[in-house]
Amino acid sequence: MSQLSASPRGIVSAPGWLTPRLTVIAALLLIFGLVPVYAAVSGNSFALALFNRILILALATLSLNLIMGFGGMVSFGHAVYLGIGGYAVGILAKEGIGSGFIQWPVAIAASAFYALIVGALSLRTRGVYFIMITLAFAQMIYYVAIGLDRYGGDDGLTIYRRSQFGSLDLNNKTLFYYLCFAILLAGIYALWRVINSRFGLVIQGARSNERRMRAIGFPTFRYKLVCFVIAGALCGLAGALLANHTNYISPAMMSWPRSGDLIVMAVLGGMRAVFGPLIGATVFLLLEEWLSRVTDYPNLIVGPLLLVVALYVHGGIDGLFGRARRG
Amino acid sequence: MLYLIEQFLNGIQLGMLLFLLAAGLTLIFGIMDLVNLAHGSLYMIGAYFAATFADWTDSFVLGTVLALIATLIVGMALEVIAIRRLYGRDHLHHVLGTFGLLLFFNELVRLIWGPAGMTLSLPSEMLTAVQVLPGLYYPVYRLVIIAVTLAVAALLYLLVMRTRLGMLIRAGASNREMVGALGINIKLLYTLVFGLGAALAGFAGLMQAPILTVQIGMGENILIAAFVVVTIGGIGSIRGAFVAALLVGLVDTIGRAFVPDLLHRYLSEAAASGLGRSLSSMLVYVVMALILVVRPEGLFPAASR
Repeated sequence: MSQLSASPRGIVSAPGWLTPRLTVIAALLLIFGLVPVYAAVSGNSFALALFNRILILALATLSLNLIMGFGGMVSFGHAVYLGIGGYAVGILAKEGIGSGFIQWPVAIAASAFYALIVGALSLRTRGVYFIMITLAFAQMIYYVAIGLDRYGGDDGLTIYRRSQFGSLDLNNKTLFYYLCFAILLAGIYALWRVINSRFGLVIQGARSNERRMRAIGFPTFRYKLVCFVIAGALCGLAGALLANHTNYISPAMMSWPRSGDLIVMAVLGGMRAVFGPLIGATVFLLLEEWLSRVTDYPNLIVGPLLLVVALYVHGGIDGLFGRARRG
Repeated sequence: MLYLIEQFLNGIQLGMLLFLLAAGLTLIFGIMDLVNLAHGSLYMIGAYFAATFADWTDSFVLGTVLALIATLIVGMALEVIAIRRLYGRDHLHHVLGTFGLLLFFNELVRLIWGPAGMTLSLPSEMLTAVQVLPGLYYPVYRLVIIAVTLAVAALLYLLVMRTRLGMLIRAGASNREMVGALGINIKLLYTLVFGLGAALAGFAGLMQAPILTVQIGMGENILIAAFVVVTIGGIGSIRGAFVAALLVGLVDTIGRAFVPDLLHRYLSEAAASGLGRSLSSMLVYVVMALILVVRPEGLFPAASR
């Protein structure tokens, strides 16, 4: 089951455990770990901000991977939890509650609560209905946010103070970066534990054959609902981080093309691999950044590329390193 | 009372436009089993074509006819080049691939027509308002939209239920292998159906163009509304799409017209306007949620699925 361990097709002949997949992941983690050092030496604070953004969106994508990759629930409204988490932080900050010990739990709880409502309604349906309903419920909150005149409405709201954690100063960009990195790594470890637990096996069993899982006595609806809520909560945390990162919230952070971006990053990296989201977010966001520098029309290239990924690159980039798993 | 009737007419008009979009979506889903996010792009392209051709020919009618034909051709070309390869794949891959197409089309339109929007002006005889009831004046053009879209809906019904092509479409929806085995060119049939859906979307776009600005991304929000319609109606059912489109159009319009006023009675003006806008935009989704609680497969579930 474990994506962390060996690939069956050992392409390198070096030590058995040093598979191409592991090499790439180790290199990626090393690069991410050294970005603040590079930023400090070169004074390039833009790189730090960009990679911080990648870390946060990788966390959001990770939560989508849990339901979409492992659970087979294609949610096309996942960015709504980024928005709810972000708005929880922004609204509390505006109302004078600056403590992160309140803001972040509220962000997580609000997202989990909305995921519970959406999940309870949408998990009764399947296939395309599920895709469209999750999309519609995300759109609903998007319109609610536009109507929140007190919190900026369509224009969004600037957050003047980042979440307060006692002596921990999130305004320190390097510290905030490493905090996001640590949360992402903890999230990846948690996901790895979850999918290899009994709960995770039931979820994956329900993906490949739900009727069979029910027949052997698992109430799959409840399992899937819990899974959906966990994913919502995790994405809400990513939303709280994102609001702190940009110091700004707006309805646009949960518009449906953002949900599309999350799906893109999840599929691109590899949906059933725990490190897939980090790979997907890195490749997609760096590609976007690079293309927007070399051309005025980046999506003329990104768009067809997504079609190619949809048609030919199953298993995402992680899948290129050989198959670690079967059905 | 007159205000209510006016909003009712607006609701029907919105509903009919949603039907044009939803009919194409549901047809394409019912027959090719394809989730098409690029459907809103065809709506946008129809509007851009209409604005451009009307400008060239100096005629609103000629411009819209040319735009309709052009959108049909774009749709069929899109099917042959890209969409065809997505058939039989996972729905997730449809979402990903057509999301890519949507990004591509937005950017292409920006490249060709520039980032600024366009306007399509109506001929002068459609700019007037007529008295539909004593004391109630209603814009002619909106009445034209209602009449024309109703006619298109009737034509679509006749096409699907009474012609040989329609018979093949319905047969393809229930058993595509058998239709292919009986010697029907199923590839051509799919191209035609996709082109038909594209033309309907383009038609909705060009009808709406004189009322709204023609701009990039105009198809995206209405696409979500069309998804809601398709979901409420039952995916694959044209009849369901018609009923649901009218329902969504009416609920949305009348909600927007009356919810803020209703709140005014209980709340201050400032609070009521923001909350009113939020609530009235939510209304459609609440209706959808309620319907799905009772009928998870929509009002008119397609029989074979």
